[in-house]
Amino acid sequence: MAGSSRTPIPVVRDGTPQDTVGGLAPARVAEPSSTEELSRTLTEAAGEGRAVTLRGGGTAQDWGPPPRSLDLLVDTSRLSWIDHDPGDLVVEVGAGTPVADLYAHLAKEGQRLSYDPVRAGGTVGGAVATGASGPRRLLHGALRDLVIGMTVVRPDGVVARSGGRVVKNVAGYDLAKLHTGGHGTLGAVASVAFRLQPEPAALRLVEAEFEDRAGAERALAQVRESPVVPSAVELSAAPGTPFSLKAVLEGTPDGLRPRADRAVQAMGQHAQVHEGLPSGWGLRPTSGPLAWLSVPPAESVEAAALLGRRVGVEGCAPRGALHLSWPEGTPPAEVASVLEEARARPEWAATLVRADPGTDEAVDRWGEVPGLALMRAVKDSFDPDHRFAPGRGPGGT
Amino acid sequence: MSLAEHENAGNTGRAATADDAGTASAQRPATASPRAAAVADLVPHLRAILGEDGLLTDRSQRRTYESDGLTHHREVPGVVALPTSADQVAAVVRLCHEHGVPFVPRGAGTGLSAGALPHSDGVLLVTSRMRRILEIDIANECAVVEPGVANLDITRAAAPHGYYYAPDPSSQQVCSVGGNVAENSGGAHCLKYGFTVNHVRGLDVVTPAGDLVRLGGKAADAPGYDLIGAFVGSEGTLGVATRVVVNLTRTPEKTVTLLSAFDSMDAGGRAVSSIIGEGVLPSAIEMMDALAIEAAEAAVACDYPEGAAAVLVVELDGPTEEVDAQVAQVEHLCAQAGSFETRTASSAEERALIWKGRKSAFAAVGRISPAYIVQDGVVPRTALPEVLRRITELSADSGIRVANVFHAGDGNLHPLVLFDDAEQGAWERAEEVSAQILDLCVEHGGSITGEHGVGVDKACKMPRMYGPDDLETFDLFRRSLDPDGTANPEKLLPTPRLCGEQPGVQRDVHPLVASGHAEQF
Ligand SMILES: Cc1cc2nc3c(=O)[nH]c(=O)nc-3n(C[C@H](O)[C@H](O)[C@H](O)COP(=O)(O)OP(=O)(O)OC[C@H]3O[C@@H](n4cnc5c(N)ncnc54)[C@H](O)[C@@H]3O)c2cc1C
Repeated sequence: MAGSSRTPIPVVRDGTPQDTVGGLAPARVAEPSSTEELSRTLTEAAGEGRAVTLRGGGTAQDWGPPPRSLDLLVDTSRLSWIDHDPGDLVVEVGAGTPVADLYAHLAKEGQRLSYDPVRAGGTVGGAVATGASGPRRLLHGALRDLVIGMTVVRPDGVVARSGGRVVKNVAGYDLAKLHTGGHGTLGAVASVAFRLQPEPAALRLVEAEFEDRAGAERALAQVRESPVVPSAVELSAAPGTPFSLKAVLEGTPDGLRPRADRAVQAMGQHAQVHEGLPSGWGLRPTSGPLAWLSVPPAESVEAAALLGRRVGVEGCAPRGALHLSWPEGTPPAEVASVLEEARARPEWAATLVRADPGTDEAVDRWGEVPGLALMRAVKDSFDPDHRFAPGRGPGGT
Repeated sequence: MSLAEHENAGNTGRAATADDAGTASAQRPATASPRAAAVADLVPHLRAILGEDGLLTDRSQRRTYESDGLTHHREVPGVVALPTSADQVAAVVRLCHEHGVPFVPRGAGTGLSAGALPHSDGVLLVTSRMRRILEIDIANECAVVEPGVANLDITRAAAPHGYYYAPDPSSQQVCSVGGNVAENSGGAHCLKYGFTVNHVRGLDVVTPAGDLVRLGGKAADAPGYDLIGAFVGSEGTLGVATRVVVNLTRTPEKTVTLLSAFDSMDAGGRAVSSIIGEGVLPSAIEMMDALAIEAAEAAVACDYPEGAAAVLVVELDGPTEEVDAQVAQVEHLCAQAGSFETRTASSAEERALIWKGRKSAFAAVGRISPAYIVQDGVVPRTALPEVLRRITELSADSGIRVANVFHAGDGNLHPLVLFDDAEQGAWERAEEVSAQILDLCVEHGGSITGEHGVGVDKACKMPRMYGPDDLETFDLFRRSLDPDGTANPEKLLPTPRLCGEQPGVQRDVHPLVASGHAEQF
């Protein structure tokens, strides 16, 4: 380090009421504006044994339980930069970059990250750390499938890169997978490289409602058997409303016309075709308890039928990747009972992501987590003192 | 026979008991190999787990496993275990764990980075007797298979239902799903459909401690850390996959293959860029240069257009109407880039004819040269023309011929560096050119391996791509799941033993630093 002309000094200030996370106010807030500053901040925090939580856009601070302790909040919003190689369909982005800025930038080149955010106003780092994918994940995969490289600052302050900026690369462990959906418990994501796709020339949304479960199941099976290749098939059900299916088709204008016709045939003649996505597409409710539900795909409609009587169910039916949302103020016992009903089924997993404040004690957020011992071993290696978002890891680690 | 006759066991001069194997080294003569003795001690236990026909101790039988597809790395395994169930795998690995004996998983042995290179004092765990397809589940669009199942067998089982298994390495007739998982294998069609990691939903894994753990299943998005994602591509260093749930993909309604000929590699490269840039997403774009075409022509008379300095094989698949629109677009873009002939094939037979030249290329090159090295570097697609020019220069300067056959759509080069293995020093010179090609890839922001993996072969090249902190972080992760280092040791990451003085993964302060003889900064 000697001889370096300028030592980066991150902005550090006292915590304010706006900085509380799950009711905890941090003593200090750091706003590093480069990976080096982030590293310096975290090295210092490690030396002083401080408990650290990361914040991006702050839109998911109520996801996961309140951290068990919090000394230093690291705000990533100054880590905002975009390095785009349009010719290679690759972009590398600072973790604090707002997703909306990234999308606006890519759109100018006719490209996109094929990922529907589940929250408005989030940052790239936050999207990756929470790992939740929206409806369009059938063609190019979930968010985890689009990440090709990542730079992470470990809890001890060491900067580590894995992957790279090429779409094909098997050199070294794919550590980005651990941080995607890791909720900032294994380190601080500093930047992410993604593979991109060209923005398709045209899009159709084919939508249909079904009064009964059998109708929805039949339509889903027929979509699966048809060759229309949807990018999304979003299923939803809620107390007192019919089942709804929304299939998104993307491609060329000439190709889409017949494909949309075939999707209508598969979903039933009452299906309607729209030329764009509704506003708020893919966004999950911003308040009230929220849970992820994973089921074998063939049981998606069954899950919607079974739980949709008690709670809103929505998600990607062909992947069995659903979410449950309750109105704010729902009694925690009711939330717990729905989660138990889901967890009682073989191969179903339900994880409570957001609980109403103060209700944490009443609900088991995780249920059984297969592989938990291995996850703990990974956590213990990267963050031996459990200083990073303590309690927010798998199984409450 | 017992392993008392094992060549190393004799060297120890005593029969170690299983219990002291891990601790007795201090009392042994300096030349003894405590691990060899430990392996010998395991034999009765292994036999109890695996039965007579599940264990190979005879040297001539063990020798048949001495290398994988990269045959210049050889080592005769201490013993070969042929388990038939996950429980047997777990029992064997637990035994290794308890005795500090290394184990090396092996599938079909087609790997091209010596990832399945055996350990002479270890157990080679071969999955070839675990090859049942447990389930083809169309309603859930997945298959559940044992790790020894050949990649193509999944597609064969799914085809009658209108489905297939998308990752298609060219070795797919033989390579195992377990090996695919370990290497995160891709194939010509990974441009559109992704790699193994994008198609694995569930894994049963025997951990290096011998515990059988189920990760994920038929449902996506299992709670907690994405250990499946991290296990795929871990090259057998984090345990053994014993059951795999893979996605099945609907067979596309229509598939069209185009063959387009150019009078320069540059022109071919321009066509690749414009196809991708225009938003067409072919399932595959493959490219061959003049030398590769010449070899293929000589071998299989593939009848590619006369005088081509480069050919592109472009495949489009999907709904009929989309494919039709894209075929017209690709034909147009190739013409614009300077193609002098484009052929379009829709029937299975015509398509096979186009693929014949491409698929035969490696073997064909084997006929025009006594030996060759296959490289697997990756460059950003836009750097392809520049890197190909530099490879031509390298070849001209060194007098060593290089044939180029590669996955152009994703920038994954497979230069074949030709040499005569009968000639003194020829291999070394070819290795030199091959290493320079990898350097070129890294200089251009690429990778040292796109699909063949690191294994032993590229472990010492990892420092060209990653810094010491990156490598140390990989090692931190590895040790979190394999603290004793028994799972496929000496692979994937550089070690002083493998790489000599080259920078390796440093586990402690370097002895010279500790003794005050050197500084590190
Ligand atoms: C002619 C030829 C063409 C090829 N083409 C391609 C190609 O197009 N794309 C491509 O990606 N690769 C290709 N390969 C490389 C190779 O086929 C793949 O890497 C394949 O996945 C290896 O599978 P295998 O069963 O032979 O594994 P092996 O060679 O037996 O083992 C490979 C690695 O996997 C580990 N392993 C094996 N089974 C397990 C298990 N059950 N659990 C944990 N670890 C395990 C081993 O320890 C080793 O590190 C090709 C090879 C050849 C010879």
